[in-house]
Amino acid sequence: MEKRVTFGKWTIGILFAVPQLILIFTFFYWPAGQAVYWSLTLQQPWGGGNIWVGLDNFRSILANADYWNSITASLIFAGISTGLAMFIALVLAALTDRQLAGSWLYRVVLIWPYGIAAPALAMAFRFILAPEAGFMAFANHFWPGFWDPGLNGADAMASVIIAFSWKYVGYNFIFFLAAFQAIPRSLIEAAAMDGSGVIRRFWDIQFPLITPTIFFLLVINITESFQDSFGIVDIMTAGGPANATNLMVYKIYSDGFKGLDYSGAAAQSIILMLLIIALTIVQFRFIERRVHYR
Amino acid sequence: MTIIKRGLAALAAAALSTALAVPAFAEPVKFDFWFGLSGDLARVVDTLCKNFNASQKDYEVVCTSQGNYDATLQNTIAAFRAGKQPTVVQVYDVGTATMMLSGAYKPADKLMEENGYKIDYSDYFPGIARYYATSKGEMLSFPFNSSTALMYWNKDAFAKIGKTEAPKTWEDVGADLKALKDAGYDCPMAINISANESWQLMEQFSAIHNQPIASKNNGYDGLDARLEMNKTKFVQYVTDLKKWYDAGLIKIKSKDLGQDMVQAFATGTCQIIMTSVGDHGTVGKTQKEGMNWDVAELPVYAGTERKNSLVGGASLWVLSGKSDAEYKGAAAFLNFIHDPKTALFWSTNTGYIPVTKSGFEYMKANGFYDKAPYKGREVAIASLTASEPTEITRGIRLGNFTQIRAEFGTQMQAIFANKESVQDGVDALVKNGNAILDRFQQTYPNKTLP
Repeated sequence: MEKRVTFGKWTIGILFAVPQLILIFTFFYWPAGQAVYWSLTLQQPWGGGNIWVGLDNFRSILANADYWNSITASLIFAGISTGLAMFIALVLAALTDRQLAGSWLYRVVLIWPYGIAAPALAMAFRFILAPEAGFMAFANHFWPGFWDPGLNGADAMASVIIAFSWKYVGYNFIFFLAAFQAIPRSLIEAAAMDGSGVIRRFWDIQFPLITPTIFFLLVINITESFQDSFGIVDIMTAGGPANATNLMVYKIYSDGFKGLDYSGAAAQSIILMLLIIALTIVQFRFIERRVHYR
Repeated sequence: MTIIKRGLAALAAAALSTALAVPAFAEPVKFDFWFGLSGDLARVVDTLCKNFNASQKDYEVVCTSQGNYDATLQNTIAAFRAGKQPTVVQVYDVGTATMMLSGAYKPADKLMEENGYKIDYSDYFPGIARYYATSKGEMLSFPFNSSTALMYWNKDAFAKIGKTEAPKTWEDVGADLKALKDAGYDCPMAINISANESWQLMEQFSAIHNQPIASKNNGYDGLDARLEMNKTKFVQYVTDLKKWYDAGLIKIKSKDLGQDMVQAFATGTCQIIMTSVGDHGTVGKTQKEGMNWDVAELPVYAGTERKNSLVGGASLWVLSGKSDAEYKGAAAFLNFIHDPKTALFWSTNTGYIPVTKSGFEYMKANGFYDKAPYKGREVAIASLTASEPTEITRGIRLGNFTQIRAEFGTQMQAIFANKESVQDGVDALVKNGNAILDRFQQTYPNKTLP
């Protein structure tokens, strides 16, 4: 017979939940509700008044070619940077898990990038990737005009993707390594005794067993690439050249804070929220089916 | 009983002494001043504040840097919505239209009058005063840090092509750039094409050539003003810049690429740049040893009657909702800044120019402009006062102009990357900029610019 502690009155349970509910309400539902309200009005920045405009803000944003360009750029950024960050982290974690020489060092060092603040890391990459002064100046010396993030949109996009992926490799690495180490050694040793090589063992044993982690990281990486890219873009490209790196989250900032168009920015953040929710639902609906939870 | 009596006596004595002490050791009235300068300039502002606090005992200004102009405006708006706004705030030139419609300020001229300060408004250089004044000429804010754009040119390089003077027309510039290239200079001229350079490439150019940026006298006469630089000489100018860029006569220099314009000029890499007189000090301090250089007014196209250039920088606004005592302090502070002696201190320690004629005269009388490193800065005054301001060269009074500048950067980058033709790019700038103006007008229905 299982022993359970129960409360006689349901009110006590509610009381215990109240602090948490207050926190969630104050820091999530209230601002989100405010954003919805703002997106349906035209707000004067100094608070002098507002006008109800219904869905006009959404209409004007969705009719704007620049905004669609921004959505496309965000999707490209999310796709490539997530793929890159997860693939590199997976390879590094798999190698570290194999106890190669010096793996204890990698285990510590590879986590560091995630601890670096986005603006600092963006500043570092701006130096590294500067076409005239940095590391890429070398490449430009041999192939003049090869690397020009100042005018070439693809180069600029590559710069921010590299910087973002570099940061998230560290984050993904921790999770992958933990997942690998949770796999019982006996399974891998048994497979090795049966004569399967490293690659075979990876695909048949390790990979299927870490799919829950892969799925978790996929959801987190895609969500973060929509939200956490702001600092890197702001320092490295400021959305340029010619809007090539004007990601959705950066456009919200520049329209809202620099342009003082609070209502337009609120509408954009609602759209961004819906997009992330939709993407997450799709992932849970279609990709999670292939995940094997033990 | 005696204890109580004694206690009462002591209390009375204490109360009496506090009552007597208060007027003698009155705490000065504190008020906040938020500004948008950082680094070296922020230290100069701090010294300025200390000087003000030391100059009298009644008020104490607390000066806080907010990092940059954008952040200052954003933070002030947030503070104002929460009822915690500073008394005085520095707002950049293009934020003027937003401020005027905010209803969040106390007109500076009224403030000074109410507190018994007589300010001679005709003492301000007209090019500076008109930028910040209403269409009727009332000063709602006080000009503070002011600059204008100049052409910096390398005398050594020009000597190599047999020139001792800076080019005065764009036609001459074209020929000189070619000659410099032929003389072996890899980078005859440097420009940058981000949102920031809207100031020298579009706004200053248009003013000097008396070309409108927008209808309704650049927006002074109404919120229904719309951009029209796709029909002015500006298109010709961008076409020429692009032509020179394609021919390798102009290089793009920016921090993101490794070296900004000012560094490129100071190290002798590039021979001509156009930037603020505020960079005069930086070039002097960081220049290559022994390099000879000078500044000149921005060139014009041949046959153009030169008009005054525009002032850049920021002005000081006094916000509403403060106590009378704080307003008294703010008035004293503005009066202190208005003083010619402060102008000398300010211009000596920064690259900014004096904003009043009396300040300029005072500095001239003190021999400020006679010797290096300040020699040459008087060219900025000449450029600002090249003519009486016209309806168009008063300034630019457009809503959300920061976003229009961003659009300028976007379209210039598209033009220089050969993504669109010059005319298409400037047309797109007008179209997208007008959408920003539409939105601004919709946000302020039934309101008019003062």
